[in-house]
This record gives sequence, C-alpha cells and structure tokens, in this order.
Amino acid sequence: METLELPAGKAAPCSLLQVENLRVSYPTRTGFTDVVRGVTFTIGRERVAIVGESGSGKSQTGRAIMGLTPPHARVSAQALKFADIDLLAAPEQKRRKLRGGHIAMILQDPKYSLNPVMSIGRQIVEALRTHENVGVKEARERALDMLAAVKIRDPHRVFDLYPHEVSGGMGQRAMIAMMLIAGPELLIADEPTSALDVTVRLEVLKILDELVSNRGMGLVFISHDLGLVSAFCDRIIVMYAGRVVEELAASGLAHAQHPYTQGLLNCLPKIGGRRTPLSVLDRRAEWAE
Amino acid sequence: MNIAANGKILTVDRLNVFFDQFHAVKDVSMTIAPGGSYGLVGESGSGKSTLLRAIMGAVPIAKGVVTIAGKPLPSRRPKAFYRDVQMVFQDPYGSLHPRQTVDRLLQEPLAIHGLADGERRIRQALDDVGLGASFRFRHAHQLSGGQRQRVAIARALILEPKILLLDEPTSALDASVQAEVLNLLNEVRRERNLTYLMVSHDLAVIHHMCDRLMIMQNGCAVEELAVDELAVGEAHKRYTQELLKASEGFAR
Repeated sequence: METLELPAGKAAPCSLLQVENLRVSYPTRTGFTDVVRGVTFTIGRERVAIVGESGSGKSQTGRAIMGLTPPHARVSAQALKFADIDLLAAPEQKRRKLRGGHIAMILQDPKYSLNPVMSIGRQIVEALRTHENVGVKEARERALDMLAAVKIRDPHRVFDLYPHEVSGGMGQRAMIAMMLIAGPELLIADEPTSALDVTVRLEVLKILDELVSNRGMGLVFISHDLGLVSAFCDRIIVMYAGRVVEELAASGLAHAQHPYTQGLLNCLPKIGGRRTPLSVLDRRAEWAE
Repeated sequence: MNIAANGKILTVDRLNVFFDQFHAVKDVSMTIAPGGSYGLVGESGSGKSTLLRAIMGAVPIAKGVVTIAGKPLPSRRPKAFYRDVQMVFQDPYGSLHPRQTVDRLLQEPLAIHGLADGERRIRQALDDVGLGASFRFRHAHQLSGGQRQRVAIARALILEPKILLLDEPTSALDASVQAEVLNLLNEVRRERNLTYLMVSHDLAVIHHMCDRLMIMQNGCAVEELAVDELAVGEAHKRYTQELLKASEGFAR
C-alpha cells in the first residue's frame, strides 16, 4: 500500500479529524437547502457520538467526511482535514485511497449495503486487495482471520455464503470485518445496530468496542439513541436541524444543559418506569438559529 | 361483536404454523381480555410476527384454533372479521402506497366494506391521529416516518375495529418520534376501549404499553407474565432474564 504520511511520530497528532464550519446543501426547486449548517468539531483517537433525530444532518456529516455526498450537492467548509490532508482540496484519486484504507464507514443495514451477488468472503478479499498489494492466498487467510476476529464461529463456512444466507447480526459482523480489514485510522459507524435485535445489538457492540480499543482507532458513532451512546462513547455531540446544539462528555450526560438533549433523554420508555405518557420533544425554532 | 361469557375477546389455542418443513410457531396459546393490551417479545425468527399474521389469516394455520369473542374463526376469514380486527405494520415506508394520496389510502378500507359516511370517518380518523385536514391530499412520500405511521394507524382506525394487531409499530422510527406514536396509541386505546396485541423486540416499549406479555423463542412460548413482575425482575426463565439484561443496554 502506498503509505500516506500520517504524522505519527512528529508532534503526536491530537486531532485525527478536524471539521470546521462544515456546510452541506442540496438543490431543491426553491434553491439550495442547507442540511448541515456550520458544524465544527475535532476528533482524536477517541470515540465520539453524533446524536440527533432523523433529518438533523448527522448522517450527512458522516457522508461528507467520507466523501460520499452525491455530486449534485454542495459541500463547503473552512477546514475539513484528516491528519493534515485537506479533504476538500484532495484530488479524487487520493480520496479513493483514503476511503476504506484510512477512513471506513459501517452502514445501518447489512441487507442493503452488502453486495447481494458476491459471497461474503470475496467482498472482504476485494476490500483488502483494493488497498493493499497482497496475493490471493494471503488475502483469503487474512479475511478468514478477520471473520474470526468478529466472532463468527465457523469462518470457513461463512466465507462462501452470500449475504441473503446469513442473519442480520452476522451480516453486520461481516460488514465490520470488511471495514476493518484494511486497518483504517478512523471508523464512521452510521447507526450500526439500529436494524438489529436487542440481544444481537449487544454482541455487535461488544465486538466493535474490542476492535476499536485494541487498534486505537478513532470512532464516530452516529445514532439516535442517547442511552446507547452514553455507555459506548467518550464524548457526545448533539445535533439539531443541521447544527451542533450541545457537546458534552458522556459521563456528564445527566447534567445536559440544552432542553433538546434533555428531551432526547426523557422520551425513552424504561422498564420499571412510570407508565404515564412519555415526554415528547418540543422542537423550538430558536434552537435551529 | 358480543363478548362471550368467558370474558375473553381473543384466544389462541395450541396454534401451529409450518412453512414447508420449518416449524415456525409451536403450540402457542394465549388469551386476551377485552380492553387489554398484550405484548409478544422475542428476537427475530422467534415466531412472534408469524403468530400475529396467523391470527390475521395471512399465513395458514396448520393446527390450533383462534377464537374472537368466543367464536372460532374459519380458515378463510369472513369480511366482518376485518372490521373488528385491523393491523398496523412495522415499516411505514413500505406499507403505504407511494402514488396514492392520504385521502385515497383512507378511502380504500371504506370502499371494501361499503361504508357510506366516508367523509365523516376520514375527518375523524385524521383528527384522532393528530394530523388534521391539511394532510388529507398529500402523498406518502411527502410525509416523515412518524407522520406515515400516523396515517397507517388512521387507516386501521377508520373501520372502528375492536382489536388492533401492532407489528413493531415503532421500530423503524427515531426514539423521539417513537414516544409520540406510543402516546398516540395509548390515547386511542383509552378513548375507544380497544384491545391491543403488540409485537416488539424492545422490552421497555412492551413494559410501557402492555399489561401482560409473552416471551417467545424459536417458535415456542417461553414464559407469560404480567409487566409488573417484569419490572421487579420476577422473570423465572433464564432467557427472559437475558433479554432483560440486554435491554438495559451496553456496559463496558
């Protein structure tokens, strides 16, 4: 693999990703509509959650970092830097190298995001050989090792299966394997567990947790479930209507200041909680300002 | 519909469903009292949705009896059955016709059952689900997920049924929108004295919505208990306790 000069030794990078005043807008009949409006944050080798409702721009932020925004949309930022590489100025060829090799993304539903006509093993091998110059045999070995690392019990069997032949939890683990095999520095997980059952969700999170901490990756975890991310991440960024309304440490979630964050926390039903009507978010226009 | 002497609106007696060789639901029995709310919990593949669909008549029942208000149902459900029992599906993006307006969607059940006072019912149904008349001539793709699920609930309510079968009505929705839809469902049940049979994989949602619940695994009923027992951790079977632990969330 052609190595990118990541400032590993020199001046130990405190930030892996720097986002400053990011804007994403889509053309509509009445002109451009901003879906992300001036988002600023930095991410080091830590776990950061981006939380918000659907339509808050959290997935669009993730996609803009990956460079997966469709060509008709506009992306602009004062700075969008991955380890000193200016992502917006980088040529398409370089971005392709970064994508998958250095920044990887896990999508929500394995049913739709895996290739249905290619066996799981071949997809993982393809991902590896795109980024590293390895032989067929070695690639296969490493794919099998990776499948074992995501706790798939019989990697040899699963290697030859097609995505429709495995369950949702298994598919999501295969996706994690595929995304981590090239050894990225930053992983963006866009609602990686919301298509999964409660029990399977825990297993997948545990695997993700182990791999992220063992490899010292940075993780951006996009979710609408505040309860889930508070246990999983170090820092939480709360988004509303394309803006960051609050940024806080996961441990300090109980002391959240913004009414929107408190609303997101209180709207979840709890076992043993009182069965009075759940509190509903009141979305105020001034929060979007 | 008259409630039978035993005071049960819906009973399922040793129900079995097969898909070819696969035994999807194995000898499951349950009873629901009128005005009650009953939850079915389990992971995917546990047969909870299949049980719901079997009651609905969407999958054939191999063995077992379903009775509504004391009367056993024939394998081909009579039209009147669907006036009493309606269903709300999981995915509001898939269960509404993309090229029909809300008005057209709500006309359909009225046309099927030959009901005359459509105008009043449509207004009433939209009002009940908190959408109002301005939504009446919009298409489904112009609505958000929560609004779509409200339309799906309105479509089920428009026939003024007695029983609603809810198949994961909020699992495709955001946490904040889920709260709105759950509140709506509770309100509607209180006002109209409806009976709910609700499927979910989220124990917290079932705890919030139901009085009794059944845990299913691999097509079998593992355990049946009241939600208050669940809250104080009085689940007897190991599987139930595992589910309880899982629903507490991730802990490092």
